[in-house]
Amino acid sequence: MAKGIWIVAEQRDGALRKVSYELASAARKLADQLGEDVGAVLLGGPGVEGLAGQLAKYGVDKVYVAENAAFEPYTTDAHSLAITTVVKAKDPSILLLAASAQGKDLSARLVGKLATGMATDCTDLKIADGKLVAVRPMYAGKCYGEIVVSGSPQMASLRPNVFPLAENAKAGAIEKFDPSLDPAKLQTKVLEVMKETGGSIDVSEANIIVSGGRGMKGPENYGMLEELAGLLKGAVGASRAAVDAGWRPLKDQVGQTGKTVAPNLYIACGISGAIQHLAGMSSSKYIVAVNKDPEAPIFAKADYGIVDDLFKVVPEITKEAKKLLAE
Amino acid sequence: MNIVVCVKQVPDTETLIKVKPDGSGIVEDGIKWVMNPYDEYGVEEALKWKEKQGGDVTIISLGPARIMETIRTALAMGADKGILIDDPSLSGADAFTTATALAAAIKTIPYDVIFCGQRAIDDDSGQVGAVLAELLGIPSVTIITKAEVADKAVKVLRPIEGAQLSIQSPLPCVITCQKGLNEPRYASLPGIMKAKKKPVDIKNAAALGITVDMKAKVVKTIPPPARPPGKIIEGEEPAQKAAALVKLLREEAKVI
Ligand SMILES: Cc1cc2nc3c(=O)[nH]c(=O)nc-3n(C[C@H](O)[C@H](O)[C@H](O)COP(=O)(O)OP(=O)(O)OC[C@H]3O[C@@H](n4cnc5c(N)ncnc54)[C@H](O)[C@@H]3O)c2cc1C
Ligand SMILES: Nc1ncnc2c1ncn2[C@@H]1O[C@H](COP(=O)(O)O)[C@@H](O)[C@H]1O
Repeated sequence: MAKGIWIVAEQRDGALRKVSYELASAARKLADQLGEDVGAVLLGGPGVEGLAGQLAKYGVDKVYVAENAAFEPYTTDAHSLAITTVVKAKDPSILLLAASAQGKDLSARLVGKLATGMATDCTDLKIADGKLVAVRPMYAGKCYGEIVVSGSPQMASLRPNVFPLAENAKAGAIEKFDPSLDPAKLQTKVLEVMKETGGSIDVSEANIIVSGGRGMKGPENYGMLEELAGLLKGAVGASRAAVDAGWRPLKDQVGQTGKTVAPNLYIACGISGAIQHLAGMSSSKYIVAVNKDPEAPIFAKADYGIVDDLFKVVPEITKEAKKLLAE
Repeated sequence: MNIVVCVKQVPDTETLIKVKPDGSGIVEDGIKWVMNPYDEYGVEEALKWKEKQGGDVTIISLGPARIMETIRTALAMGADKGILIDDPSLSGADAFTTATALAAAIKTIPYDVIFCGQRAIDDDSGQVGAVLAELLGIPSVTIITKAEVADKAVKVLRPIEGAQLSIQSPLPCVITCQKGLNEPRYASLPGIMKAKKKPVDIKNAAALGITVDMKAKVVKTIPPPARPPGKIIEGEEPAQKAAALVKLLREEAKVI
């Protein structure tokens, strides 16, 4: 019978992504409820084994490691083939991945390879009658669904930044496996990795988002939001109106046809709060709205609202935050 | 070139979603149904490829009878023919079942490339494209913002956190479309007239030779947690309001 709560650890450029620890922490919690062990699959080039210890710190009992040059950079083919091999051999009952750019791609392909079901982009996990019940936003958060997977393993991808980190050191024993990659099956090729300069945080991974809409009037004014976001170690988001106007890159769009985000703090500046925008951000823990129109629908979702000209308010917020952080 | 586009019908993004009191799903009365926005990019890309390379665009959709309207929309944009899969046993189909049905239909026609949306904005699952590729035994490139075709291969651009990847895949493959790929066209009036005469094949599960085997199920639908009413921060001057806000964020919300 299938047994064990597994995660697929995500690493890039020789370092584990924070979401890997979130996965491990969430898996540990489930494993303790079910009285099972936590396993992690770790793939990478030669030397990746060295990262196993860090997974152990967050509750992983055993790390299944395969090292192969074909795993760097990530490709759908190499990773999905290797994971399928080890999952079929060891038969875990639950398999968790990150709903990150890589995890979204990989998890969907695994659903096909393992002929099972998956709950995508979950924000909560529970156990009922020995089975995983995954809670996830649907319709971009206009409602939530509870999903039960009857296939095996029960798969879920977890939204980054939602599941708390919990240190809980375990053995992290290492078992190397042979991914038996058939070169003929590695069909897609990464030709180039173009890194963004500036090192800004992606909105999907940010704890704090300072977002600007059409009320920002033009791309030149976003420096104000970047300054505040930088100070708070957050990211700058945008409404679709700002993206469609070409003021902000598409990757920053929040909403039903952009990214669904759930940061601790979302500051909406000059955003009216159209239903498609609200869909993408209304599960944020705290929402602040700065808008000169007291009737703007964004105020219905905001915990704190300031009705005023954002060009006067935002610099003052930055000034106050600077003072506070200097203390 | 034989191009297939998988198109799903979803509630318009303006829709206020109401959950049924018993949690068995959403209230569908009064919903305006539209083509999934990400599938519009798929249709547009297919038409652009056809214009460049020549070929034939087939639209395929699974759902109840009302999806004919969405297929007709794609035909009016310029696609050539459609396949509608309708079977009561497929209602509430999960990704695996949906992909199984789409794969069965696609196997009966020639194909060089298949476009899907990166996700459907109703279930937001983002799985069907890759599962479909697996079932057809072809590669998948997902969530892409650019696609260039040359010599039986495609080069795509895929944004990830903090970077963009340039990826090459041989054809045939499944490509899942993200916003930014193109600007979908509107159907023209002559297009709408012509669409009425374009062929649409209607198939059920038996005709496709598939048996339904659901792997995931939404057991309960719940409304999002209600938000407590917010506070409008009063004050004379912007500076005063800003100071009050920062204080609340530190002392009450404890988020900065
Ligand atoms: C299919 C579809 C999908 C969509 N998907 C998305 C999506 O994913 N994300 C998204 O955001 N939208 C989406 N939209 C668009 C959405 O309907 C709205 O058009 C958009 O969100 C509006 O953006 P906005 O709030 O920036 O602009 P507006 O609605 O124009 O609001 C601007 C606001 O700025 C305020 N303002 C102006 N000047 C100032 C000032 N000096 N100080 C303070 N406040 C000021 C105004 O009072 C106003 O409330 C979608 C629409 C469709 C049809
Ligand atoms: N019922 C369906 N009929 C046709 N295509 C579908 C259907 N469901 C999903 N798809 C395709 O798969 C993509 C991703 O859907 P999903 O995995 O449900 O988010 C969609 O954008 C469509 O291209």
